[in-house]
Amino acid sequence: MQTQAITMRKVLASIYHFYADGFKQMTWGRQLWWLILLKAIILFVVLRVFFFRPTLAGKSEQEKIEHVGMQLTTNH
Amino acid sequence: MVDTALVDWSRLQFALTAGYHWIFVPLTLGLAVIMATMETIYVIRGDDFWKQTAKFWMKLFGINFAVGIATGIILEFEFGTNWSNYSWFVGDIFGAPLAIEGIFAFFMEATFFAVMFFGWDKVSRRTHLLCTWLTGIGAAISAVWILVANSWMQHPVGMAFNPDTVRHEMVDFWALVLNPVAVSKFFHSVFSGWMTGAIFAIGISCWYLIKQRHVRFALASIRVAAIVGISGTLAVMLSGDSSGVHIAKYQPMKLAAAEGLKEGGTRAPFSIVPGVEVPGVLSFLATHDINGYVPGINNLLNGYTTPDGINYPSAEEKIARGKMAIEALREYRAQRESNPTEAAKARALLDEHIDYFGYGYIESRDELVPSVTLVYWAFRIMVGLGGFLLVLMIAVLWAERKQCLSKAKWLLWTAVCAIPLVYLAGQAGWIVAEAGRQPWTIEGLLPVNAAVSSVSVAAVQTTFFLFVAIFTLFLAIEIRILIKAIKKGPEGINN
Repeated sequence: MQTQAITMRKVLASIYHFYADGFKQMTWGRQLWWLILLKAIILFVVLRVFFFRPTLAGKSEQEKIEHVGMQLTTNH
Repeated sequence: MVDTALVDWSRLQFALTAGYHWIFVPLTLGLAVIMATMETIYVIRGDDFWKQTAKFWMKLFGINFAVGIATGIILEFEFGTNWSNYSWFVGDIFGAPLAIEGIFAFFMEATFFAVMFFGWDKVSRRTHLLCTWLTGIGAAISAVWILVANSWMQHPVGMAFNPDTVRHEMVDFWALVLNPVAVSKFFHSVFSGWMTGAIFAIGISCWYLIKQRHVRFALASIRVAAIVGISGTLAVMLSGDSSGVHIAKYQPMKLAAAEGLKEGGTRAPFSIVPGVEVPGVLSFLATHDINGYVPGINNLLNGYTTPDGINYPSAEEKIARGKMAIEALREYRAQRESNPTEAAKARALLDEHIDYFGYGYIESRDELVPSVTLVYWAFRIMVGLGGFLLVLMIAVLWAERKQCLSKAKWLLWTAVCAIPLVYLAGQAGWIVAEAGRQPWTIEGLLPVNAAVSSVSVAAVQTTFFLFVAIFTLFLAIEIRILIKAIKKGPEGINN
């Protein structure tokens, strides 16, 4: 049991070091990660929070059914 | 009544986002195959030249991937905000493939993508090669789920409408996945990505030849890219052929619009350009029979009978049946708790006319015809450029084999100029697919005017222009980083 835990810890540590070393040794890739970060902020913070709130958000399942049901069966 | 400006701006915004997303996807799909092929040659031959060659294209792949990543997420934002009726109406079916794609893409990319970039000196050559191929295969599998969702909208199968929840529910997952439209659309889209990657790599390599830089690298890249590109184009033609048959069968109005065919019939002609037609070719492409019957726009609106005696209803009849279906749904929902007998009658009526449900939202028969000019010319641009690019790749490969490519400056410049053309062909293809299916978000079941949310036009206009600004900025950044990387050239290879 203890051997298994040690092996697992070693595997996780080697995965961690693989990614950590990879990020540390990046050259041109660093610029791209900043770009991805900037884009993630624009998409998930600015656009999602301020401009793209789901129209049905905050409604219960039943309220969503009633809302769409009304939309699809009236004024047509 | 729904504001038509709201529908138009919502559609325009969706088209802009999808079009922007499709700038990055095909290059990812195509470059993945090219760089993996180069790395395979490196592993087989052990020549470091091929490792550096693969690494250069991997770098451009990484730049394209970084800028393109998550651009598709915006489409999902738009579903929730601008197309909430649609999102609810189809949620169970549309959500499943997109969720699988999201989870799958994340795990594939987080593992194989990382090993591909970080693992050159940390894993064995064969393991690294496997991860490079799996990165490309993962990107193609991601495309499967997106295209399954899209194809369901073009040809809805494997579902049943539940009037209690007002949504379609999946009853047959495999019918959804193996939808014939999805199969041909997957191969058509993925192999068109091979074309994009090939033309991109050939164009850049030709630029090096013009500049007399990295000549060995450029010629080697051209060899691999041209073979990938020619194979991809032939596969695009084959899948395009089956796609044509499916469109004729499931979306005949799209085919009639793409051909500008007003009156159909047997031995229907294929229009090369207005006024120049080849008799029987459209019939052959649509039915694989030169005498096959192809309905025109007027036949589809007026109703028609095929030579083998099958009757198809007119637009007016479909609209009337659609209105009956909507009224039956309203009646069912009103009566289901107080009067089960009346509710059961309404339910039976709804089931009888459900195939025409979406037609109930159509006010006039003209709404059922997509923009003929747009779809007609988009189709010709796609096919014309596809043919031109195939000839170009064959010519470049032939000149490379004959060792006269470096001297043929006109051919080198043509290849450089072809880079934007392959993107134009891809965008034109999606215009045919998406503008050609108007007015439907889901063929026959939900038109755009019923799918759209009750939001203000000003809100959609604001986000539209916001996207124009953001997308332009990111595209400019990508092009700048790409140009910088291209000017620097491959590392570790002598000029």
